[in-house]
Parts: sequence; C-alpha cells; structure tokens
Amino acid sequence: MQVPTHVEYERASSVDEALEMLSRAGGEARPLAGGHSLIPMMKLRLAQPELLVDISGLTELSYINVADAELRVGALTRHAQLLDSAVAGERLPIVHDAERVIADPIVRNWGTIGGSLCQADPSEDLSAVLAALRATAVIRGAGGVRTVPAREFHAGPYETVVEPGELLVELRIPLTANTGSAYEKVERRVGDWSVAAAGAVLTLAGELIEDAGIGLTAVGAPHFCAPEAEEFLRGRRAGEEAFTTAGQIAAEHSNPVADQRGPEDYKRHLAAELTTRALRKAFERA
Amino acid sequence: MQITVTVNGTEYTRDVEPRLLLIHFLRDELGLTGSHWGCDTSNCGACVVWLDRTPVKSCTALAAMASGREVATVEGLEKDGQLDPVQQGFVACHGLQCGFCTPGMMMTARWLLDHNPDPSEQEVREAISGQICRCTGYENIVRAVRWASEHGAAEHREPAQHVEAEVTA
Ligand SMILES: Cc1cc2nc3c(=O)[nH]c(=O)nc-3n(C[C@H](O)[C@H](O)[C@H](O)COP(=O)(O)OP(=O)(O)OC[C@H]3O[C@@H](n4cnc5c(N)ncnc54)[C@H](O)[C@@H]3O)c2cc1C
Ligand code: FES
Ligand code: FES
Repeated sequence: MQVPTHVEYERASSVDEALEMLSRAGGEARPLAGGHSLIPMMKLRLAQPELLVDISGLTELSYINVADAELRVGALTRHAQLLDSAVAGERLPIVHDAERVIADPIVRNWGTIGGSLCQADPSEDLSAVLAALRATAVIRGAGGVRTVPAREFHAGPYETVVEPGELLVELRIPLTANTGSAYEKVERRVGDWSVAAAGAVLTLAGELIEDAGIGLTAVGAPHFCAPEAEEFLRGRRAGEEAFTTAGQIAAEHSNPVADQRGPEDYKRHLAAELTTRALRKAFERA
Repeated sequence: MQITVTVNGTEYTRDVEPRLLLIHFLRDELGLTGSHWGCDTSNCGACVVWLDRTPVKSCTALAAMASGREVATVEGLEKDGQLDPVQQGFVACHGLQCGFCTPGMMMTARWLLDHNPDPSEQEVREAISGQICRCTGYENIVRAVRWASEHGAAEHREPAQHVEAEVTA
C-alpha cells in the first residue's frame, strides 16, 4: 500500500493567498494543482513536501482565450478543457493531437496544463509541444510577474525555473498565419507515456519554409527541441526530402536512454521517423 | 484536520490526516466499500468516483481535496430502490465477471451518458480507456453501456455540469 508521508494541507482561495502561503513556508511547500503527478510522487516517497498549498480551486487561473495574436491558457486549465477547446483545435492542431494521447480521459479531467509543465518529467508531452510552438510561460511571485520562453523553462529533469514561492500562472502560445502543426506519439498502450514523440510547427511562405519549430518528447533532447533541424529547414523548399533529412538531424542531436519502454537505438529511430511524420502532417495542414 | 465531504447527498464530517487518500476515506472511514482499491498507481480505474461531478481516480486524490465538495460513488447510482439503467445494462448484458472493475466502469459510463446520451461503440471504448478489466475483454461492458443508452439512461440524467474553461475568443 502506497501512502504519502505526513504532510500539512492548506487551501488557497486566491492567487495572492497561495503566493503568501507558499513563501511563508519556504522551500518545503508545494502547490497542489490536479495532484495527478504530485500525489503519485508522494505515494512513492519521491516527493516529501511539508506543506501542500491546494490551488485547484482557483478558477481565476482556469481559462482559454485569445489576445494579441496569442492563445492564452491559464495554468489551472485541465487537459480535458484544452482538448475540448474549439480555438485550440482549429488554430493549434498540435495541441489537439497531443491532448488526445496524454494519459486517459479520467486523468485528463484533473491534470492541469501548469502542473504538466512544472512536473518537468522528460516524458511530458506538453513540454515538447510548447517548445515547438515557442510559447511563453508567465510566472508570478511576491515580487511581481516575469515571462520565460518555454525553451528556457526547464532547468533539467523534474526541475524548472519556477522558484519556491512562485506560481506558473499562464501560457501564451503565438497564433501565426500560414502555419500548420502536428504531434506524433508512439506509446506501448493507450494512456501510457511516450516511448518517443515529436511535434512540428511549419510556417510557409509559398513553397518555402519561413520558420519551423520541432519539439521532442522522451528522447533526451535539450529543452525538448531540435534547433539544428529547425535551422536546416528554414528557407528550404517544403517536401519529403527536407522532412526526412530534418528527422535525421533531430535524431542525431537527441540523447535517448534505454528503459522499460525501449532501447536507445529504437528511440533514436522513432525520433527521426516521428519528426518526419509530424513535419509532413504540419505541411498538409498549413 | 477536520473535513466535511458530501457523499451521495449525505454530509460527513471527520478528523483525518491530510495525507489520507480519498479511496481510503470512502472505504475505511465511511464504510463505503463499493469503490474498489486496485492498482494504487492511477492506472486501473477500479477506484473511479465523481468529485464535483467529474470522474476521478480516487487513489490519486486526497480526502482533504474533497472537503466542502461533493463526491458520488457507485452506492449512489440506485434511486428509490431502482437500479440505474447503467446498472441494469451490466445485468442484462453480463457486463461483469468478477466485478472488481465494475464500480469504476459504471461511474464512468454514467458520466459519459450524462454528456453523450447516445455514444457510439468507439466513444464508449474511449471513455473507459483509462480503466482495466481483467475478465470480460470489454465487449460486454461496451454492450452494457450501449444497452443503458437504449433503455432510458437519458431520462435518468444528472444535470450535466461539464468542466469547461471560459472561452472568450
Ligand atoms: C496514469 C497517468 C498517466 C499519465 N500519462 C501522461 C502522458 O501520457 N503524457 C503526459 O504528458 N503526462 C501524463 N501524465 C501526467 C499528467 O499529464 C500530469 O499528471 C498532470 O498534467 C500534472 O498536472 P497536475 O495538475 O496533476 O499537477 P500536480 O500533480 O498538482 O503538480 C505537479 C508538480 O507541479 C507543481 N505545480 C503544479 N501547478 C503549478 C503551478 N501553477 N505553478 C508552480 N508549480 C506548480 C506541483 O507543485 C508539483 O510539483 C499521466 C499521469 C497519470 C496519473
Ligand atoms: S486503484 Fe486507483 S487507478 Fe487503480
Ligand atoms: S469483471 Fe473482473 S476485472 Fe472486470
């Protein structure tokens, strides 16, 4: 039987109150959003916070809206809400592709977008999606608000730049014209974490690729992205040849490790193949 | 800490440790053993109940999180001595063998039918895709849910309350 160690619990009724509770307790406090990563970690005693600050009721952080050519997603928006969002579905098919295969419908009811990102598991699908999209994270602390590019958000496995006493409050995703996107994941069974996955965002100028974003999940790509492959694509004619080579470049720069989900060479193969497939689909959708 | 949770319409106040999981609160504190405790790792769905009318794996929620909120369990499906159409469907279609997965399956099925009164076979399969049945091969579970949909499940609907984010686009 898995039981967390002793912990204190407080429920915040506003963001300000949550920030106050967190900073009062120092580094030993953790925000509790959906709890779908933190509670399993606590049950395994991989996390042993002294205080949980329950932020799950902060509806002020649960929203999806469009402003200044950006999709703005509150940190407490749940996976199921993002999956159901019509704007996200139309403008950002990569988000929709990924949300369909993140965990299962019951987990998606509770897991939040902010919790996903802050968990910083190397297999977290949204980390790669937001890296591909060059999203921005909005972080709030006692000292005010700061923004951090998604590609600088993760400090390492299970580590982010969010400091104790701060909260991730919003994600901003640019909505760019002439752009298509897609996410391709291989999992062992429905609801499981990725063996490997790749996301692609392509902005076209006629037949040429004006800009590209590539995100990689679970293959040890630094900051979940593939800048060398993006650089290769920029200015090139969109098509099979470019997409295949970009896949190979992305795989060369990834560093997968063998685990129960598969050996290293298989994951590297997937990094190449899934990048190519995601680029192909992004192109069709652009 | 003291928590007050409404379960199937009845309010319960108890002193609990904040680390107590919702599934253990329901089974051990309240004696509501209808919800089952299976894998303990958020994978099997035997423990699915509703929290604020939304299905949750109750091995992955704290009892403290349910304080001031509403929980619904399989014990609350029956109304005035009448089995819910979902329960009748499981009887009619032999939707269970050992019955271990059944409470969770029925809670998810009831929620699905509240939001989608006439789900396709594929939609039923997707809805229960986070839940494991080691006996039936799922065929009869899917039939049971379809049966319920064809036998008045819609009339038994709970007023649907979906987890929608405000979209102001
Ligand atoms: C069975 C199962 C299968 C899963 N499969 C997948 C999968 O295939 N792909 C995938 O990507 N994910 C998967 N997940 C993970 C799921 O997506 C995450 O658990 C969930 O989204 C995390 O969000 P949460 O709200 O539950 O976070 P919590 O568990 O509440 O928090 C996670 C961490 O983030 C911190 N935190 C939360 N919110 C904030 C905030 N606003 N500011 C600062 N810190 C914060 C917490 O303190 C904690 O350290 C799976 C989970 C389960 C249980
Ligand atoms: S006991 Fe909760 S999912 Fe298995
Ligand atoms: S009936 Fe035995 S596990 Fe489903």
